[in-house]
Amino acid sequence: MTDTRIPPARAERPAAPPAKDAPRPSARDRGTRLLATLFLAPTIVGIVVFTVVPIVGSVVLSLFHWNVIDEPRFAGGSNYGAVFGDETVLVSFRNTLVFMVLAVALQLLVALALALTLTGRMPVWLRSVFRSAFFFPLVLSAASISVVMKYLFNQDFGVINWLLGFVGIAPVPWLTSENAAMVTVVLVYVWQQFGFSFLLFVGGLNNIPKEIHEAAALDGATGLRKHLSVTLPLLSPTLLVASVVGIINALQVFEQPYVLTNGGPGDSTRTVVMVIYETAFEQLRFGEASAVGVLLFVLIMAVTALQFRLSRRFVHYQ
Amino acid sequence: MSRVSPLSQATLSFSRARHGLAPWARIAGLTVCALLTLGPVVWTVSTSLRTPAEAFDLPPQLIPSDPSTEAYRGVFGQIDVWLLALNSTLVTGLIAVGQMITAGLAGYAFARLEFRFKKPLFALVLATMMVPLQVTIVPVFLVLKSMSLTDTLLGLIIPAFPTAFGTFLMRQYFLGMPKDLGEAAMLDGAGPWRTFRSVYAPLAAPGLAIVGVLAFNYHWNEFFRPLILETSGQNYTLPLGLVSLQGNLGTGSVSVVLAGVVLSMIPAVAVFVVGQRPLREGITSAGVNR
Repeated sequence: MTDTRIPPARAERPAAPPAKDAPRPSARDRGTRLLATLFLAPTIVGIVVFTVVPIVGSVVLSLFHWNVIDEPRFAGGSNYGAVFGDETVLVSFRNTLVFMVLAVALQLLVALALALTLTGRMPVWLRSVFRSAFFFPLVLSAASISVVMKYLFNQDFGVINWLLGFVGIAPVPWLTSENAAMVTVVLVYVWQQFGFSFLLFVGGLNNIPKEIHEAAALDGATGLRKHLSVTLPLLSPTLLVASVVGIINALQVFEQPYVLTNGGPGDSTRTVVMVIYETAFEQLRFGEASAVGVLLFVLIMAVTALQFRLSRRFVHYQ
Repeated sequence: MSRVSPLSQATLSFSRARHGLAPWARIAGLTVCALLTLGPVVWTVSTSLRTPAEAFDLPPQLIPSDPSTEAYRGVFGQIDVWLLALNSTLVTGLIAVGQMITAGLAGYAFARLEFRFKKPLFALVLATMMVPLQVTIVPVFLVLKSMSLTDTLLGLIIPAFPTAFGTFLMRQYFLGMPKDLGEAAMLDGAGPWRTFRSVYAPLAAPGLAIVGVLAFNYHWNEFFRPLILETSGQNYTLPLGLVSLQGNLGTGSVSVVLAGVVLSMIPAVAVFVVGQRPLREGITSAGVNR
């Protein structure tokens, strides 16, 4: 590496028109820019057409009445008014929030308990068998799994009620009573999703230096005590990521309630995304569906921002 | 994100300080949980091998006493499994290949090329990772309709080519490669394309594998977009076909539906077995992708 080295392309950058007396680097510079343009074009054009334009489009559409067949009519804020006055929409937001709290709490709890238990002493092969088993449901289709679960949770013929019968529990109307249906949707969702948080926690636990555990053991901290006062604070950055992603995903839940209960009984498991789907693609009220979509987007952003704010107090970086 | 142990997922190699639970209790507990996790899958497979008539009989049998392929013949009779599988394969395969190309190229540009508006463009890509598909589906549908791409497989494929997460991942991947390699090639007179083509691209395979496996896993199982975009049966993908099969049949043909579920699981399970490592790395470093 001596002075004869061709200056890297970056060095040319500040001078907007390339210097006239340095033809080689400037030709290379132009080549670099052309290559960058070609390399970026598919991604940037795709993102603009299929994400940026639709975001702006959602907001614009939410201000119009439109059924795709007739001309759009300007509606001002009346779609939002209609949405806030619509019992089904309000219930769907409540359901989605209830679902989110239950599903994320259960998912994190199960994943954390399993990840912590897995750190104990055991043969390496056994550990990788468990790890594979716990993340296996993630590779299956949520829609197909919900079809399977619908049979398993059947009140009269389902295996689950049959098993519960052995411990003396009367058949539970898993899918047909308003209270139980939400629980069932949460269970099916968590069954498939906990593996994601589990993998995050296993990774996070791996990153905790061994010495810290040894120091904690020397100080006499063992078992649950040690986990509460040593492991959890060190795992808090991972907990933050797992809960943020868990919440964002839970707020978009669709497949499980769509297949298991189709939103019922009544509206007890109807979620916001189901309402967007039904309003737009079954009732052809595109303006109102967009208004619901915009509200969901705002909700997701607000919850995420709140979470990062709270996390400043509770997340410890090493 | 940087805390999530991006691309290294070493096994738990150290033994931990004493735990509260006895080893046998821990292993027993984990075994019960593993059985609960895999139970529904095992039930699906074993019930698909019972005859439709006795599929709902209790107790369920782990290994059917009288295995029958009647349900499998049934599912081929009820829906055009081959067509659905072909559609799913086309859609998933093209999206996976497409994402590897777009993410590989864009990731390289962000990592190793200098150009104007690099920072704002990368910020734009990152920002779109936060936008859920469900929120923008109505305008996306209208954009596709204006291109006459609704109810076509292309309408599923093309919008899925750009991948914000894949681009992010490939940028990290290229940034992790030594810069000297490219500088040496430049010294030898290689232009920017040659440098990419012969120096960096060949090293990108493991990163591209993560992008490809994640894309496969996500789009093979995808339900929401196909449900909205594909209205005629000949354009259905497997998950869509199975849900509608379940809706069309009464409770009598459980094993037929389950046979379909088993068939549709095979490629996903194959990827799980062959590509478990890139899948795990992708899922842990991503998450945001779904």
